[in-house]
Amino acid sequence: MLAAMTKEYPLSQELREKIDRILDAHERDYTQIVNILMEVQDLNEKHYVPEPVAYYLAKKLEIPVARIFDCITFYGQLSEKPRAKYPIQVCNSPSCRVNAVNTVQMLEILEDLLDIKLGETTYDGRFTIETTSCYGACDRAPAVRINGKVYDHLDSREKIEALLRSLQ
Amino acid sequence: MRDIKFLTKNFGKYDTSSIDSYLSIGGFDALKKAVTMEPTAISDLIASVKVKGRGGAEYDMGRKWSQARDVKGDNKLLICNADEGETTTFKDRELIKNDPFNLLEAMIIGAYVVGAVEGFIYMRGEYACYRPLLLDAMRQCREKGFLGKNILGKGFDFDIKLYSGAGAYVCGEGTALIRSIEGKAGRPRMKPPFIKVSGAFARPTCLNNVESFSIVPHLLLDEKGEYASCGSGNSIGTKMVSVAGNVNRPGVFEIPFGTTVREIIYDLAGGVQHNHGIRLIQFGGASGKIADASILDTPYTYEALRGAGVMVGSGGILVIDERTSVLDFLRMNQDFFSEESCGQCTPCREGNLHIKIILDKMAEGKATEEDLRVMEKIARVMSMSSLCGLGETAQNTLMSAMRVFPEVFQAGGAR
Amino acid sequence: MTETKANEQMVHLTINNIPVEVPKGTKVMQAAAKIGIDIPHLCYHEDQRAKARCRLCSVEVTGKRRLLAACSTEVWEGMEVHTDTPIVRDTQVAILQLMLANHNQDCLNCARNQNCDLQRLCSRFNILHSNLPNVVKPEPRISTNPSIVRDPSKCIRCGRCVRACKDVQGIEALTYAGRSSDIIVTTAFKKPMETTDCVLCGQCSLVCPTGAIVEKDDTDAVLDALQDPKKHVIVQVAPSVRVALGDAFGMEPGEIVTGQMVTALRLLGFDKVFDTNFGADLTIMEEGSEFLSRLQNGGVLPMITSCSPGWVNFMEKRFGDFTKHLSSAKSPMSMFGAIAKTYYPEKAGIDVKDIVTVSIMPCTAKKYEASRPEMGRNGIPDVDIVLTTRELIKLIKYVGITFKQLPESDFDSPLGTGSGAAAIFGVTGGVMEAALRTVYEKFTGKTLPKLEFEDVRGFKGIKEAEVDLGTRKVKVAIVHTLKNARVVMEQVQKGESPYDFIEIMACPGGCIGGGGQPIGTTNEIRKKRIEALYQLDKSLPLRKSHENPDIITLYKDFLGEPLSEKAHELLHTHYHKVAPLYEFD
Repeated sequence: MLAAMTKEYPLSQELREKIDRILDAHERDYTQIVNILMEVQDLNEKHYVPEPVAYYLAKKLEIPVARIFDCITFYGQLSEKPRAKYPIQVCNSPSCRVNAVNTVQMLEILEDLLDIKLGETTYDGRFTIETTSCYGACDRAPAVRINGKVYDHLDSREKIEALLRSLQ
Repeated sequence: MRDIKFLTKNFGKYDTSSIDSYLSIGGFDALKKAVTMEPTAISDLIASVKVKGRGGAEYDMGRKWSQARDVKGDNKLLICNADEGETTTFKDRELIKNDPFNLLEAMIIGAYVVGAVEGFIYMRGEYACYRPLLLDAMRQCREKGFLGKNILGKGFDFDIKLYSGAGAYVCGEGTALIRSIEGKAGRPRMKPPFIKVSGAFARPTCLNNVESFSIVPHLLLDEKGEYASCGSGNSIGTKMVSVAGNVNRPGVFEIPFGTTVREIIYDLAGGVQHNHGIRLIQFGGASGKIADASILDTPYTYEALRGAGVMVGSGGILVIDERTSVLDFLRMNQDFFSEESCGQCTPCREGNLHIKIILDKMAEGKATEEDLRVMEKIARVMSMSSLCGLGETAQNTLMSAMRVFPEVFQAGGAR
Repeated sequence: MTETKANEQMVHLTINNIPVEVPKGTKVMQAAAKIGIDIPHLCYHEDQRAKARCRLCSVEVTGKRRLLAACSTEVWEGMEVHTDTPIVRDTQVAILQLMLANHNQDCLNCARNQNCDLQRLCSRFNILHSNLPNVVKPEPRISTNPSIVRDPSKCIRCGRCVRACKDVQGIEALTYAGRSSDIIVTTAFKKPMETTDCVLCGQCSLVCPTGAIVEKDDTDAVLDALQDPKKHVIVQVAPSVRVALGDAFGMEPGEIVTGQMVTALRLLGFDKVFDTNFGADLTIMEEGSEFLSRLQNGGVLPMITSCSPGWVNFMEKRFGDFTKHLSSAKSPMSMFGAIAKTYYPEKAGIDVKDIVTVSIMPCTAKKYEASRPEMGRNGIPDVDIVLTTRELIKLIKYVGITFKQLPESDFDSPLGTGSGAAAIFGVTGGVMEAALRTVYEKFTGKTLPKLEFEDVRGFKGIKEAEVDLGTRKVKVAIVHTLKNARVVMEQVQKGESPYDFIEIMACPGGCIGGGGQPIGTTNEIRKKRIEALYQLDKSLPLRKSHENPDIITLYKDFLGEPLSEKAHELLHTHYHKVAPLYEFD
């Protein structure tokens, strides 16, 4: 009952080496866990921290895995669930939303081009459209953030199409 | 309006990736001057121009530094709060991006004043793209001996470590920021113990905002007293403001205190889009208060804004024109707190949830008088009894809206 | 905190205009208690660091713009506190309403009905139902292990369980996760508790103010067995239950209620009421002999006790490569069970298949121990059903027994005799003291001059003592809580342990503070129970395990010698490393 569910090594040697490199860059300092998680999350095409990876980090940093899980679920930019390859984040805060002409229109164009609604994922798992709190690009609206990068002044269908095409 | 560049003086004047470039425009002159001064003379200088903490708490910075100096301990910490998470606030972003060395220089001076041996910069995850810039600047400072052991041969040691958040507004709150630095979820803790006595890793900690720090080197070199010549009363010098919303030229502007709100919105930010009328202006981000257009001729000072029922706060100015209703704006603002509450204390966690429900009912025209009474009560309970500043201020906007726009809060009244 | 020491600096304040004098450092909540005001609270627990999260204890202090949390605010000279102003009342009621709106109010169906802090406070403030829309997220109960059941829909996010898990046990299996109204208390990746670092000690269930974490309820199984005419149902009761049970029936903490308890169990319909103390004496015989054998034959030292199942789980999970240090002797409960399923049916002439063994334990982890396949033979478990003290309370109330008025009666024979040494098994240091009484006399052949080993007594987390056995000195340590266990185990891990024999109990104070004890158990109450068990020991004529006549008979008639082949088969077990969920080389 208390016994483990799995005894195989769930992480490839290659992935572990990549994680180890990130840990080394942070001098295996557990206080840097938030930043470590940000970097480790991006090793995965789906931009999330899978369970075995969290256990691996817990072991290497000698901290309880529960604390890592708390961090992953607490910080908005971290995820314990798989996401799209390109999660398109639209600011949900008033400073962007009051620019209805720009932001709402951009959202509509995104939904139209990707054929999904807010909160949905494209059939190939490449894109989701999600909302997020203010990321400090109020002066660059309409903007989206994709994997930490802000793409700004998306005020025409052509610009939005070009952006999506550039993400492969 | 006086055109004065103080904090933004170095913007565009040097190559931010090169310490030599910074040195060529007089970089680190302030630090060199500082180490010839008594530390208390520096905190006194800051106090003399009444610098208030520019993160929004408005605590007297000179006093903070002299108190931090008086705290006993040989492992003191100095932390720069670069977690500007308030909506409509991106001034620290500009300071980091355009003048990173000035910030580092300011922190070194701060360490000298308060006697800190280690410094942390806690930067919001959203600004992760500036990590390489700061890390490289720190490396160059180390190479030139501005960070590390025996700085400038003055026998004091100090180094800086960079921490990043990952998307949590509440981490701008001091104790939450410290929890995050300790490698935990950034949920605030009760005070006491106060940060100055027991901050990160239980070490005495002095915590300041990016803008607050950034003032110091300029102030030290301001021999003509140009800074002190701006503003009046308790509002001396200049302030970085971020203007966004329905304006033609959103952006960050350095203004002398005393500039009117109208000048900021119409002269600097290019006025309201399509010449629409102003519905409301929110000062200081999502946790700020709101006013209607009658505030336009009020000078932007701590005192005058307070007199007009709002606050400087983070320095954000969100202009909403008449195309958006007060209620719709309040719902947008509420979405922010419904997402960003840390969830640990009852009033904030549950209160935000129920206020959102009632605002939604208002939008449907289904709110009863009882709903409105409950909403007001919850807002008051949140502000009176929440654990931290987030819960305390989360309903500032709603409560000021009740005062400024009472007609919106009628039973059944969707507008 | 209420004691006034001569050199203590006193602070003067008023609470609701009543002057109060308390020592510097006192919190407002305690100052108010001094004048008879109970400031409502939920996240505050007297044995934990203040959290100030629920905000229910908000009070008004003159000159302060905002309300302050009474649980965490220290008094100051001249402070004026008000606990009954309109804003304070409004706040307290609003907070309770907010909590209630996000709480599954299925009270009648709750293990904590009528014993719930939230219910009690709502009743106190005359809140009959929430005036707010219900926002509880429907979530199923999580019942995946034999010990602990979680009901997230009852959780009020006070964080007491998280603190118990982290600060008392040092485990951190439970954590907050998420934020805003989505914040929950859970395990890493919401995995079943037993697959995480959790050891099922149940300390979380003891501090939970509501029914969000409770023991797995096995009372129905017992009632069914009692109703079945074919079954011969026997019960054993752990030593620590008799000094805790009275709490639930309006008796003073620490009152010894052995006699009433036995009567109540008879009234419930048990065919025989026996004493786990008999098993404890047997444990001393085996464990003591094992220690002597290890000492004399160069066996693995330090030897560590294995009576506490929470501790054993911890050892297997966290220090799995060191299980050889654990005594192979089973716990008193399981030894008793083994005898009850072998010797007893032989002697009583009952088919073993008709015997149901029930044990009343202060412990949630005992439920798991009983389910271990090694605790039994031929598919017959040593112990069929384990009830916690709390479940026994429930049964006594269910049947309508007026406990306080019950006459006293004695345990049945032959498995009902226990020594004083066995009685103190329920206390941190008790197993060690019991073992030393026997080990000393067996090793030296002399009679102990003084039975009490004062060095091994007390509430300190890690205690040390040295015992002179004549030709050899034995160094022992006594440890309670797993946070402290980790400290001594890290010494063992490094090969630096200075001890020969270590007693480890998972719960604070030992079994008297176990995770299955009555709700409301605090360290103050734990100390009273400790005193009571030492009192019990002192009052008994028989105080050494090896002098228990029924134990002597058992060896003579059935087992032979301690550590005999038969004793090994029935009374010893083995432990194994439990691999974590994910293992990396």
